[in-house]
Amino acid sequence: MIIDHPLLGPRDSAEFTYMGDARLIDRPNPNDTDAAATFFDYAYLRDNPAGWHRELWFHEAGDRSWLVVTRNTLTHEISKVELARDVARAQGRSK
Amino acid sequence: MTQKNRIEGGQIDRDANLKFTFDGQTYHGHAGDTLASALLANGVRLMGRSFKYHRPRGPLTAGSEEPNALVQLRSGARQEPNTRATTAELFDGLTATSQNRLGSLSFDLLAINDRVSNFLTAGFYYKTFMWPKAFWEKVYEPIIRRAAGLGSLSFQDDPDAYDKGFLHCDLLIIGAGPAGLMAALTAARSGADVILADEDFRMGGRLNSETFGIGDDAGADWAAQTVAELTAMPNVRLMARTTIIGAFDHGTYGAVERVSDHIATPMDGKPRQILWRIYTQKTVLAAGAIERPIAFNNNDRPGIMTASALRSYANRFGVAVGHRTGIFTNNDDGHRTAADLYAKGVKVTVIDPRPDAPRSMDYEVLAGAQVTDTMGRLGLTFVQVRLSDGTDRTIECKALGVSGGWNPNVHMTCHQQGRPAWNDALAAFVPDALPVGMIVAGAAKGDLSTAGALVGGATAARAALDLKGRMPKLPQAEDAPVTVTPFWYVEGASRAWLDQQNDVTVKDVKLSHQEGFKSVEHLKRYTTLGMATDQGKTANMGGLAIMAELAGKTIPEVGTTMFRPPYTPVAIGALGGRHRGQDFHPKRLTPTHAWAEEQGAVFVEVGNWMRAQWFPHAGETTWRESVDREVLATRGSVGVCDVTTLGKVDVQGADAAAFLNMIYCNGFAKLPVGKVRYGLMLREDGIAMDDGTAARMAEDHFVVTTTTANALPVYRHMEFVSQCLVPDMDVQLISTTEAWAQYAVAGPNARRVLEKIVDQDISNDAFPFMACGDVTVCGGLRARLFRISFSGELAYELAVPTAYGDALIRRIMEAGAEFDITPYGTEALGVMRMEKGHAAGNELNGTTTAANLGMGRMVSTKKDSIGAVLSRREGLNQSDDLRAVGIKPVDPADKVPAGAHLMAAEGPVDAAHDQGYVTSACYSPNLGHHIALAYLKDGSNRIGETMRLVSPLTGVDVAVEICSAHFIDPEGERLRA
Amino acid sequence: MRYSGFRVIKEALSGHKGWTPAWRDPEPAEHYDIVIIGGGGHGLATAHYLAKEFGQSRIAVIEKGWIGGGNVGRNTTIVRSNYLLDGNEPFYEMSLKLWEGLEQDLNYNAMVSQRGILNLIHSDGQRDAFTRRGNAMILNGADADMLSTADIKKRYPFLNTDDARFPIKGGLAQHRGGTVRHDAVAWGYARSADSRGVDIIQNCEVTGFRIENGVCKGVETSRGFIGAGKVGCAVAGNSSRLMSKANMRLPIESHVLQAFVSEGLKPVLPGVITFGAGHFYCSQSDKGGLVFGGDIDGYNSYAQRGNLPVVEDVCEGAMAIFPMLGRARLLRMWGGIMDMSMDGSPIIDKTHIDGLFFNGGWCYGGFKATPASGMSFAHLLAKGEPHPNATAYRFDRFEKGLMIDEKGMGNQPNLH
Repeated sequence: MIIDHPLLGPRDSAEFTYMGDARLIDRPNPNDTDAAATFFDYAYLRDNPAGWHRELWFHEAGDRSWLVVTRNTLTHEISKVELARDVARAQGRSK
Repeated sequence: MTQKNRIEGGQIDRDANLKFTFDGQTYHGHAGDTLASALLANGVRLMGRSFKYHRPRGPLTAGSEEPNALVQLRSGARQEPNTRATTAELFDGLTATSQNRLGSLSFDLLAINDRVSNFLTAGFYYKTFMWPKAFWEKVYEPIIRRAAGLGSLSFQDDPDAYDKGFLHCDLLIIGAGPAGLMAALTAARSGADVILADEDFRMGGRLNSETFGIGDDAGADWAAQTVAELTAMPNVRLMARTTIIGAFDHGTYGAVERVSDHIATPMDGKPRQILWRIYTQKTVLAAGAIERPIAFNNNDRPGIMTASALRSYANRFGVAVGHRTGIFTNNDDGHRTAADLYAKGVKVTVIDPRPDAPRSMDYEVLAGAQVTDTMGRLGLTFVQVRLSDGTDRTIECKALGVSGGWNPNVHMTCHQQGRPAWNDALAAFVPDALPVGMIVAGAAKGDLSTAGALVGGATAARAALDLKGRMPKLPQAEDAPVTVTPFWYVEGASRAWLDQQNDVTVKDVKLSHQEGFKSVEHLKRYTTLGMATDQGKTANMGGLAIMAELAGKTIPEVGTTMFRPPYTPVAIGALGGRHRGQDFHPKRLTPTHAWAEEQGAVFVEVGNWMRAQWFPHAGETTWRESVDREVLATRGSVGVCDVTTLGKVDVQGADAAAFLNMIYCNGFAKLPVGKVRYGLMLREDGIAMDDGTAARMAEDHFVVTTTTANALPVYRHMEFVSQCLVPDMDVQLISTTEAWAQYAVAGPNARRVLEKIVDQDISNDAFPFMACGDVTVCGGLRARLFRISFSGELAYELAVPTAYGDALIRRIMEAGAEFDITPYGTEALGVMRMEKGHAAGNELNGTTTAANLGMGRMVSTKKDSIGAVLSRREGLNQSDDLRAVGIKPVDPADKVPAGAHLMAAEGPVDAAHDQGYVTSACYSPNLGHHIALAYLKDGSNRIGETMRLVSPLTGVDVAVEICSAHFIDPEGERLRA
Repeated sequence: MRYSGFRVIKEALSGHKGWTPAWRDPEPAEHYDIVIIGGGGHGLATAHYLAKEFGQSRIAVIEKGWIGGGNVGRNTTIVRSNYLLDGNEPFYEMSLKLWEGLEQDLNYNAMVSQRGILNLIHSDGQRDAFTRRGNAMILNGADADMLSTADIKKRYPFLNTDDARFPIKGGLAQHRGGTVRHDAVAWGYARSADSRGVDIIQNCEVTGFRIENGVCKGVETSRGFIGAGKVGCAVAGNSSRLMSKANMRLPIESHVLQAFVSEGLKPVLPGVITFGAGHFYCSQSDKGGLVFGGDIDGYNSYAQRGNLPVVEDVCEGAMAIFPMLGRARLLRMWGGIMDMSMDGSPIIDKTHIDGLFFNGGWCYGGFKATPASGMSFAHLLAKGEPHPNATAYRFDRFEKGLMIDEKGMGNQPNLH
């Protein structure tokens, strides 16, 4: 597969390490009263869709960016590649 | 022997005489021959035996789709089983042997299977061999395994080299027949970067096997001229002898180039084959079409082949397989073969089931006739024909060409789950859903005429590259319309072969249907139709057609089977490339490697690192002697060890402390500058991920160390937290594992040694336990010093830029000479950390919690850190959880091996009573007996208990005492000395 | 119809006219006591044991395509019980014992071939871990044998022991491990279940569950509604897709695992070998093909196909350990969808919906588990409580912190 890195252009997926669903960005608040439940959901449950999937890839043999790749799990087509840091900020994560 | 079947013409070099042997018999052929064409020229039709019934077989085809003529090519370590004689390029000195026989090829004892074939129908083995139960592995299976398989491996290491490479292009064209060549010409003239690959050693595809022309030239000449023009263009890469093996995602294609298979041994320094990964924007698939046979009784005898193969042997290779030849065809293309052979003086009889079969030349045409059977034990002698009037006639012939129409070669269109579509006019599947970026042209698309191929090739290239302007004028070529009335098998055919290699007959398909295996997938798996080395390229359609008829459905309703990569089988060596032997993985060498080699160190693989394991002295006969000496010398005076392989991550930024607070379960915010702290990292699931130290070099600068094994995962994890969870924290990370050479100097004299190296004051007051700082060494070289200890001794770790690593170890050795400084390896390091009770990889095994390690209280509840929330789950906090403990044998002579399990002193020894297990063990030269670290249920409350340590696997059953894991200096006085 | 050598001979002599379909092709009934979704190995085995061991009748197995077309027909055919953890080892040992009697139980020769499995050891740490594992196996009543490098060299002289980047330092063998003809497992269970009255309904895709007041009443399918007292789901890689129709999210990701077969070769390898320092394992089928594989591709996928990097990685491992394979040819590669769970171990449990049961999360180890999975799922469906050897395979183990993590890789499925 080829991942079109937002900074570096098209790179072979073999340069990357895969982690999984991009919702791992949405780490719950540990101070919430239901943190035990929200962390269980966060750490263990997955939509695992057959179709479009936003997922985290790390450019390990490259610039060490974490990317959010939107990829179809039925066809492997990639429609969008974003820097995970931008995605995290857009989703309201800060410090 | 003479080449008695050699006729004039063809693209062989008659001046180049090549000598070769088959089954020990010497023959001659010419450059441009394949092994099959040369053998046929010599009158040899019998080249192999079928898989199951050991039927005598000769070539069915003249290409890579060959199911029958498989041989063992070459000999010795280069022996290559299952090589298609139809594609093996002849070279001088070639040796080949036949395979899958017991006895000689012409007298194969296992041909008995053919006599009892009625008992060996599809799936018979699922129904028997079940009694008595023990007989399967002992009796039946060994017999089956010996009889099965095709060729043999040599049992020697492959002596040849293989390479891998990467290519990029705008347009990849697969197949160099008329469509591929015209596509290449069109694309290349537009200036695009083009790769044209063809599996054959001679480009041109079917043009090399046909007599008709293109423009004013013979087809083969036009092909040669076009190849010459393309060769001269700098933007074109022509790759003959190169098979595109698969269409992978996003325009990535695998290709295998056979660099040296056409010569006896690779030229010096050259690989046998190269695996190319081709990245292309667009692809034109011009893989042609494959002629399909018709099934009739005993249609598998040597001498019976596809009509187009007969034509190839005659036109391209100058071989008439039989001087009396039959052609059995249901379509006009079969008559082309008849005409070509007739023109070359072969006596031809055409058997055509169509009542209105065309008559163009003076050869005999039996319209409305069918071949009902054949004769000839080791090769065809007679065919039996049912004439239109119902009478039978026997025709003597040595060759029979069969044509049931052509199947577009859709193989590669299916590699990304695409299924082909049915085309009624051709009675064949044509490409439908395609891999992204692929366009199909020519016969592969179903355009079976030469003119159609030329137009298709040009059109495909223009579409692929989005070329504007007028279509160029293409040369004239034959444009005969192609229609096929399906004719799959002769009425009454039973022992009529569909899959010749796997011996699947019409009867097997019928039986499969009778037993309920009605889907294509079931048919394939139950009968093994299409599962042979040719992936059923000539077989599948016949099977499908019969299934459709039995089910009362159309062929497309029955379905189609998938073709999977690779297009043709690929040498595993090519896929492995250079990654074998010592080059399997890269070797990472530490900065002291050369020096350690000088010391005679024994090295050990630690991941990809090579680390000194111990440094044997003269006279030491076992590793234990060396290791014991290194441990005692270090604890007695001073030792030095290269710990560069431990991961190092530089953490900088205003939020560096806050970031580490997030990464480690224990607190780092308040760590003063100039101090080091032990840190435990959890995964988000609350399990220990890694441990190490973080040294605060400045307010906004930490140096984090990880274990050797986790250097990469920890760094990746830290970047994840930084970029994805706390994107606005001011923190920058970089892995500096390779940037710094780092050595542990340990033992009571460590300070005295380092005082001679380090330029600054490192007295206990100035640089106490757990101090750290930037220093200079040897009069000004920048360095980092950490007063940390894995061994439990007074110890430091000193780091300098890697380039100075070799110099530093030599300086340390010089400085330490007066204290008899001893280099120690990973074994002594391990012994000392066990004596001190420090955890390492064996303890941090991915299932251990902080509590298991006895560090439960380190997990701060006052701050957020990765893993803190889930570490509080009830299952990870049970009263009888495992706890790290020490183990010593009751009898000091006993060993307490790692991997042994702990049981109560009295009571049963089984899984239900398992109390824990030993993680690490060693002999402690300081204590004079073996020691071990273990996890024990409720271990912290069981110190002093005597237990039973068992390892039934290795025959150990000893009494042990549970003790503290801190065997040496439990108060830590040495550390602080 | 009972299969036997006698029957084969009799039919051969009478033109094979007497063979009848291995299973019927029934129309779905309106209602069954138990409906099993998924006509793969696990679903068919469940039906067989429900009918044979638990006295259940009125059972249907519904399959969207053809039975045996999923992972039971696309795996590397290895059976073994060399597990470490208490939650797993008794279950897999039960499975191996069931394999050992399978052919007589089913009257179908699935070619259970116990030619042994050998895990090679390349480091001291690995030896320690394998020693612990071997002991756990023996303590659970399974067999295990620690082989020395010399033993291995004697058995497999063609392995690369002289010039290896990661030298072979021994191996943990399980001599009762081996291979089974994978397709025959599906067909044998199907035939046996069918003969006990189970309806096997092919080409019947589940489109939804009918759930009323928290109770599952049956399934909506492409062939209409089928009512059921209980519904059991055993669809492996498609688990998340199926269970989403009941609004469930699972601790599972679907990944592609590739497998490979070489051209047929005369006998080379008697048993199964796994290379502990690379990603490669291999056995040889009775037909002569070397069947081999390695790591999963590592990204979520439902595509049943993989990519070149893993193909190369596997073949590099092959050449590192087996340098004579350079001249053998890879014939075919294919991919299966693995239901990779969050701790690498499966789930056989009730769901929060009454009457809806789940079996999945098999990762790439489902084939060897087929008999025990069927037996355990049948037990759960028939009795409402887990089989004693499958009590740990609960949904709530993640919430409670009772993971069964053989590899110690944590909640990242592609690392298991």
